[in-house]
Amino acid sequence: MQEHLVVSASPHIREDVSVRKVMYSVVIAMVPAIVGSVYFYGLRALFLTLLACAAAVLTEAIIQKLRGVPVAVTDGSALVTGILLAFNIPPGVPWWIPVVGSIFAIAIGKQVFGGLGYNPLNPALLGRAFLLASWPVHMTTMWLPGRGGTLSGMSLSGIDVVTQATPLAMMKSVSAIITDPASTTHQMVQAREVLAGLGSSDTIANLFIGNVGGCIGETSALLLLIGAAYLMFKHYISWRVPAAYIMTVAVLTSVFGGPAGLFTGNALFHILSGGLILGAFFMATDMVTSPVTPRGMLVFGVGCGVLTTVIRLIGGYPEGVSYSILLMNIATPLIDGRTRPKKFGEVKQSG
Amino acid sequence: MRVVIPLRQSLGAPAEACVKVGDDVKVGQRIGEPGGFVSVPVHASISGKVTAIGRFPHPGGGEDTAIVIEGDGLDEWHESIKPRDDVESLTADEIRKITLNAGIAGLGGAAFPTHVKLSPPESKPINTVILNGAECEPWLTADHRLMLERPGDVLRGLKLIMRAVGADRGIVGVESNKPDAVAALRAAIPNGANIAVTAVQVKYPQGAEKQLIDVLLRRQVPSGGLPMDVGVVVQNVGTACVVHDACHLGRPLTRRVMTLTGTPVVKPSNFLARIGTLLSSLIEQAGGMSAEVGKMISGGPMMGIAQFSTDIPVVKGMSGVLFLSRSEVDERQPDPCLRCGACVHVCPMKLVPVMLEKLVIHERIETAVEMGIGDCIECGSCSYVCPSKRRLVHYFKYGKLLAAQKSAAAKAAAGK
Repeated sequence: MQEHLVVSASPHIREDVSVRKVMYSVVIAMVPAIVGSVYFYGLRALFLTLLACAAAVLTEAIIQKLRGVPVAVTDGSALVTGILLAFNIPPGVPWWIPVVGSIFAIAIGKQVFGGLGYNPLNPALLGRAFLLASWPVHMTTMWLPGRGGTLSGMSLSGIDVVTQATPLAMMKSVSAIITDPASTTHQMVQAREVLAGLGSSDTIANLFIGNVGGCIGETSALLLLIGAAYLMFKHYISWRVPAAYIMTVAVLTSVFGGPAGLFTGNALFHILSGGLILGAFFMATDMVTSPVTPRGMLVFGVGCGVLTTVIRLIGGYPEGVSYSILLMNIATPLIDGRTRPKKFGEVKQSG
Repeated sequence: MRVVIPLRQSLGAPAEACVKVGDDVKVGQRIGEPGGFVSVPVHASISGKVTAIGRFPHPGGGEDTAIVIEGDGLDEWHESIKPRDDVESLTADEIRKITLNAGIAGLGGAAFPTHVKLSPPESKPINTVILNGAECEPWLTADHRLMLERPGDVLRGLKLIMRAVGADRGIVGVESNKPDAVAALRAAIPNGANIAVTAVQVKYPQGAEKQLIDVLLRRQVPSGGLPMDVGVVVQNVGTACVVHDACHLGRPLTRRVMTLTGTPVVKPSNFLARIGTLLSSLIEQAGGMSAEVGKMISGGPMMGIAQFSTDIPVVKGMSGVLFLSRSEVDERQPDPCLRCGACVHVCPMKLVPVMLEKLVIHERIETAVEMGIGDCIECGSCSYVCPSKRRLVHYFKYGKLLAAQKSAAAKAAAGK
């Protein structure tokens, strides 16, 4: 018996959890949204997603081989990056967009820094930022309308203000018209009509279900929340980042988000539109690039929320989720360092 | 029958042998003198002849000096061992002295000399004695068994400890998964004694000293401090029982209750084992092993020490020996840290293990000390939950060692 005894430091038992388990759970959590994307935009969405995954996994394997480190693509992390990258591109783009995006995400976003665990920025978001900067037309116009619906999620009879836009882009342009003193009365009337349409319960319902134009995986709050609930149940993501993120956006957009003045904004519209739900639950919660301390997670979420709102309301860009998360990723080490929990027993010496 | 009794039985200095090869000894006879204040004497656990004094495997790791006694089968007590009928009139000083002479070291695992804990400085008045019956490590049941079989003696021991430190209040903390022990202890509370038996939540590491004080009294022992800083002395239930035996029966610590368990063990059992009993003979008593053993651990699965030899003897601090079959041994290699924060979430000392690990790996010990590596109680929770199977506790032990070496070197340099 003695010759086979293993001698190592305690603890001698480990929880049945692994990197692989965590990563594949995230994949499982994204399956509802993948199914939804096929339902809303057709098989093309699945095709682009699979391309992104294949490119991500292949890139990771090749680089690991070149680096002379063990090829560990079966850990599922490249798969997660591939799916998230696809989730962040419009369903109407040509096939090479997700491929190029995934290659960039894995090669420059992850492997350059040393691979899994060492990347400072979310690789999928970095891939999206790269695509957006390189092919802005593809990334901002090649939307597809939802099944039997419209891009904006509302019926547009007789309105010619904007036609080819997602709900957020529409919100942005009508807000601009309403607040611009040079707008004609006719424009104002139409803009107000659109604004009312965007805030209507029909549009909100479409946003919640996902039957609107948008990136492949971001539109259906419902399906994303189902996956997020699974990850929270498994304790793989904390409520802190998404809660802080969404609450911040809710407060700021309801106060400042309305073109008619303070406290006229529609928080629900902002929460459900664009990539906020996807970003808050699946990307801002990325373990590698977000804080590890409980307070740090809250700070990170609030920061994302502030930046998203600022970009959406003031910036020249209808959507702000990906850049806010990337900017907060950079701040993560700083946040972790400043939000260390108070140690047990770190109290005044009782004399 | 043969026992191998190591002279290192407690934290602090090992004892020094006071018998020679060839001497006849009886049960309870002193065979080792304490090597300092933080040290305990050692007694013969069987009667017979000293046949060797040499280096033998020690469960604390490596080899250490031990006295070998070949038994004569008579099991005769030494003539100095006599019951006492004046226990009620013993003073605090007398209780401390009896405890020291009985060679009592904490039976919970750390084996800190009990008489030292019973001698708090005057500047640290003690108002509460906590008996630790939480037994939060999985698998171990020795304390549970003891609380069931000797609740009265445990509580009488608690009263003696309270008297020794001048505390007017005693609390026994037991994890709520042992309701029978709670009931047995409550039924045995002596009349008029200010003793409470409290069931605490089943939660690892509830039985860690500082966590138990926090949950029972809502007092946090200051970082770097001791329980006496918040007016508390914590003792294991087994320790209280042997304090009782020493005061009432005059018996030194020559045996203890310990668990021998694990999936490969044919008859997992609790033994009242003589100090110095070789593990190999206990394994035989437990019916041997039904599967190939992959790991043999002195203590529990979370904090115990992996052993390399079945020739190790039972020592005073050995609460149990756990056997894991080969398939239960997790030898997965560590993956890169995902920064998931699970270790931060579970750390009972509210440290940030993920940062501490990096600091130790890069040998930035000063920063690690600033961030509280010295507060780590090595409970193993962080390593347990880590999805990347990182060896966090391993690094913290190493980091503490480096920190101790550095401060010793600094002291030596300052002394020159």
